[in-house]
Amino acid sequence: MNCGKCKTKAVISLPRHNAAFCKGCFTAFVHEQVARAIKSFKMFTPEDRILVAVSGGKDSLALWHILLKLGYRADALYVNLGIGSYSEESHRKVRHYADQVAAAHGATLLVHVVEQEAGAGIRELATLLHRPTCSTCGTIKRYQFNRAAVEQNYDVMATGHNLDDEAARLLGNVLHWQEEYLDKQSPTLPASVEGFAKKVKPLCRLSEREIAAYAVVNRIDYIVEECPMAKGSKMLLYKEVLNRLETESPGTKQRFYWGFLDKQTKPESAAETMTEKDQRTLAPCQSCGQPTTAGTCSYCKMMAKAKTAAPR
Amino acid sequence: MIVQLSHPQRQVEIKGPKRTKDLLRELNLVVEAHLVIRGDDLVTEDEMLADADQIEIRPVISGG
Repeated sequence: MNCGKCKTKAVISLPRHNAAFCKGCFTAFVHEQVARAIKSFKMFTPEDRILVAVSGGKDSLALWHILLKLGYRADALYVNLGIGSYSEESHRKVRHYADQVAAAHGATLLVHVVEQEAGAGIRELATLLHRPTCSTCGTIKRYQFNRAAVEQNYDVMATGHNLDDEAARLLGNVLHWQEEYLDKQSPTLPASVEGFAKKVKPLCRLSEREIAAYAVVNRIDYIVEECPMAKGSKMLLYKEVLNRLETESPGTKQRFYWGFLDKQTKPESAAETMTEKDQRTLAPCQSCGQPTTAGTCSYCKMMAKAKTAAPR
Repeated sequence: MIVQLSHPQRQVEIKGPKRTKDLLRELNLVVEAHLVIRGDDLVTEDEMLADADQIEIRPVISGG
């Protein structure tokens, strides 16, 4: 398989784009997708100071890398959650990237250690509070990232949420009709009130597979191991289901999430009932009299065609 | 060929030569959720993998 752009050997095929790319053209493709998201959702400008939430995983390190390569002023914050060897390893990966790559771009790594402020890691805190670990973790990370961005005067906070994250979250919200959470799925969340940082998701046009491939192609050393707390999470199940659909019908995830975003951005039309809409769009079929949007209904057209068709 | 898998970390031996997509199918893995890496390089689904190749199949899905 060859790269659709330069015709050299491809390293990845992207069925949803009906495309294949070599290393160089794939990197350019990823940068272009991120640049498009930044522009179309008015995320930030080259003058803005950005705080990237990094975990040591592929998404956040790739995001930091892409923003630095695109010339943005991006520092990062790592929150050490105190999950034993998993946190030690992820912290090491983040530190390694900060020292070996980000420092050369003038970027700084900030670190918050949960145990130092709370006196315990998140597993112990979750047990003490009788709350699920992932929910405790989410609350702590959102709080610390927002606090650092506001207190240290960053213009915007960026997270590595990707197309799969957003599509899976949307599926979960729709399955349970949690409409009150849908507003939070926009790729740009404004600093709506004093004390809230503006939050953006520049990877929202890219799938997890594309971001992992970007990390491999660009030699970004990230933690491949899954967080031990995530085992059995609903998000993993939703992602698995969506990936099976994506395999059978490439583009499903983007149609689902981008379609939702399109609907969100369009001004709400005046509520029209089904009856009102039918009365506006339907008229009697010229042949049989049943309601149709066309002059002759599809049944009459089909039967007329069947009568004139030559038998096989 | 020796194939390195994650979650949990393990190795399996698969008879080659074999196309990448057939290797994934044999291991019952979905293309959209995995990358196949030969040595240090990504390979596409139509690539033929040989017995001597060192292969890593890396899952790309995280709990988010």
